Amino acid sequence: MSLVNFTTREITCKIVYYGPGRSGKTTNLQYIYGRVPDNRRGRMVSLATQTDRTLFFDFLPLELGSISGFTTRFQLYTVPGQVYYNATRKLVLQGADGVVFVADSQARQLDENIESMQNLQANLIEQGVDARAMPFVLQYNKQDLPRDLILSPDELNEALNFWDVPSFSAAALKGTGVFETLKAASEQVLRKLSQGEPA
Amino acid sequence: MTGELNPRFSFETLVVGAGNRLAVTAARTVAESPGTAYNPLFIYGPTGLGKTHLLMAIGQRARELASQLSVEYVTLDEFVEAYHAAVAAGQSDALRSRFDRVDVLLVDDVHFLTHRREMQAELLRIVGQLQSAGKQIVLTSDCPPSEIENLDERLLSRFDGGLVVDIGAPDLETRIAILNRRSEEREATFAEGVLDAVANIEVPNVRELLGLLNRLVAYQAVSEKPLTPWGAKELLEGEEQAAAPREAVQPESPPAPDEFADFLSDVEHTVTEQVEAWRTHLEEAIKRWASEGFSTARLGALLEEEAPVAVGGILRQFERDVERLRGSQVAMVRLDKERSQDAVFFDPDRVEEADELVQTTLEEVGPPPGPSAAWTFDSFVPGKGNEVATNGARGALERPGSRYNPLVIVGSTGVGKTHLLHAIGHELAAAPDAVVACLSAQQLLDELVEAIDGDKMDRWRVRYRRVTAFLLDDAHILAGKERTQEEVFHLFNDLFSSARQLVFAMLQPPKEVEGLDDRLKSRLQSGLVVSISGPDRDLRREIIEMRLAEQFGEADAELVDYLAARPAESVRAVLGLIQRVVSAAESQDARPSAAIARDVIEGVVPARQRTSTDVRTSGVLASPVTGVRSHEKVVWSWPDPVERVIEELG
Repeated sequence: MSLVNFTTREITCKIVYYGPGRSGKTTNLQYIYGRVPDNRRGRMVSLATQTDRTLFFDFLPLELGSISGFTTRFQLYTVPGQVYYNATRKLVLQGADGVVFVADSQARQLDENIESMQNLQANLIEQGVDARAMPFVLQYNKQDLPRDLILSPDELNEALNFWDVPSFSAAALKGTGVFETLKAASEQVLRKLSQGEPA
Repeated sequence: MTGELNPRFSFETLVVGAGNRLAVTAARTVAESPGTAYNPLFIYGPTGLGKTHLLMAIGQRARELASQLSVEYVTLDEFVEAYHAAVAAGQSDALRSRFDRVDVLLVDDVHFLTHRREMQAELLRIVGQLQSAGKQIVLTSDCPPSEIENLDERLLSRFDGGLVVDIGAPDLETRIAILNRRSEEREATFAEGVLDAVANIEVPNVRELLGLLNRLVAYQAVSEKPLTPWGAKELLEGEEQAAAPREAVQPESPPAPDEFADFLSDVEHTVTEQVEAWRTHLEEAIKRWASEGFSTARLGALLEEEAPVAVGGILRQFERDVERLRGSQVAMVRLDKERSQDAVFFDPDRVEEADELVQTTLEEVGPPPGPSAAWTFDSFVPGKGNEVATNGARGALERPGSRYNPLVIVGSTGVGKTHLLHAIGHELAAAPDAVVACLSAQQLLDELVEAIDGDKMDRWRVRYRRVTAFLLDDAHILAGKERTQEEVFHLFNDLFSSARQLVFAMLQPPKEVEGLDDRLKSRLQSGLVVSISGPDRDLRREIIEMRLAEQFGEADAELVDYLAARPAESVRAVLGLIQRVVSAAESQDARPSAAIARDVIEGVVPARQRTSTDVRTSGVLASPVTGVRSHEKVVWSWPDPVERVIEELG
């Protein structure tokens, strides 16, 4: 997918929120949706089960308007976290320009986090994408839960952040850290644009 | 879209005090000669102190003085709105051209530019356009440009490049004057002291001061009794105090941080910085090369491209071309300084042409005379008399241009100065890219005369200034030749400063040469001055042996002994002796021997030798075989024959 089209002067960025089930990916998108002025957001498509689990994926298009003469669009996706939806995850991951990995900070979810991270890598490799070259940030969500239930950002870094990518503490329900995460991901994605430019 | 100029806001209705005097003066100047004095004029100050008044006053005065001037007053908000509307309607070009036609642009409230990158860029473009067209821009803001948050550096520097003045709060007298004037305008009269009392009430700005006056006017209109100063103060201050708690009870909810706007500005920043990075690189490179005087047309053309360009490679190629140009230029500087400033050396698109120009110039100039092949170090016989000079020469050759520069070889005629000079020249010429000039001062003089005659001095200079080493024989000849000395002096400086080796040979040490310019003397003395003395017996023997061996295979020992014992002031004299003996032997069809030598030197001189020349010579005779034909080197006549007799007897 062409990220920057200089002829039509368009920038389109696809950022995928990845992570285990119930880690708060959709919550991230919902919070963002709530903060975007009406004229800037498209319809948020959310296909959820009755128990509020993402069945297919969430899709939030953001129209950022003209930036430096480029019509800029962000497309935010989430993948279904549950293990058995891998085919959907692969589909959503295709053509992603950046990935936000939303980890569940709860100590008992550590294995799920690791498993999801491995799944992400496996899927990226399968698509021939070098995971280290992919704009990538980590979000440690649910940091507002009681201390004894969760792992600290340092501990999570130790367990998950082996590429030393930017990581953010968050409490997506309250919105803490949501935009910080998005900003960091966007910045990395946009920075990659210039690197992708033939030197 | 453009705000109308309020006729009430003129310079006439403006009360000037200490707080705004500077701003008003600047504004008047600008209104009276738009685009020439302070451009842009940036007026800032807290709200309600008359910035808008001043802005409109400028517009009106400018129009009064020149009715054909197109004056536009616009607040930033109106500007933004108009811009957005134009963009939405796809008519941004029309809007731009409209602004580009303006003669005086007045922009109010530019502090609202904060975070509006797009508008900043647009304003920057307009300001640049108007400025270059000599049109006036006046802007107002509630803070100085440097405090407008997130303001584009380029815009900031534009503003700072004009005049930035502030408007301060009016002092008491000004406040009274304002109140007086305004109440006159409103045809309201107050008891004495009332306005003074109002002026004493502390308000942050003129607008609020006028608000107080309005209240006073309104009160007086409905009141039966005229207001006393005390009554007025109480009325107004009472209201103020009453108003204060009302304002306080209104809870000011902190504005919810606009996270999206924040995110947007972040993205904007990154896009500007990254996506168009190639453009930024290109612009930086253009700026850099242009400042160094190089033509950047090739790069400039790329800016027109819409799609990103592989600037890395292009810039590297450009840099290589510039390097090549610089190389050619350096070569040209040696050949012809004037030509080295030719435009061709600053245009990377004309690298080939630059090379060709150097080549052509080289061909035009021709090489300077080089060292003679006859004199090399191999045929130079070292001895005690020339030991120091030889060592000096060797030393200079180790580090040409830096160790012994200049090297001056001093010695009487015929001791081998010329030989050593040329030998040094040979060695220097062996270096890669070496251009060695090796000639006698007489030759230089002749060339110079010819050059002056043919008006080819430039060419002459080029010819010598490009050399990597300059060796001048018989430098003492320069004495008294002022013009030649002048040229040699400049040549010396030129070559010396670029560390080229200079070698001179002369009869006396430079300081003893009469008629030699002091500045040249001191320069020649500044290097190493070595002298070569006449050959001693050992050296004479060696020379004789070598010379005879060259001609006859083996030298007759007795002959060598005999000749070596003969006194000789110079090597040339020794060679003359040998030549005489050899000639005598040839005439007798015999090998040269000590007996013949004795005959020749002490006895009868062979008839053939005498008849060969009409000129009477001394014992020292320059033979054509040795190749010395310089008239100055041959002693044609002795001043006193008696001395000659004494010498021959001795």
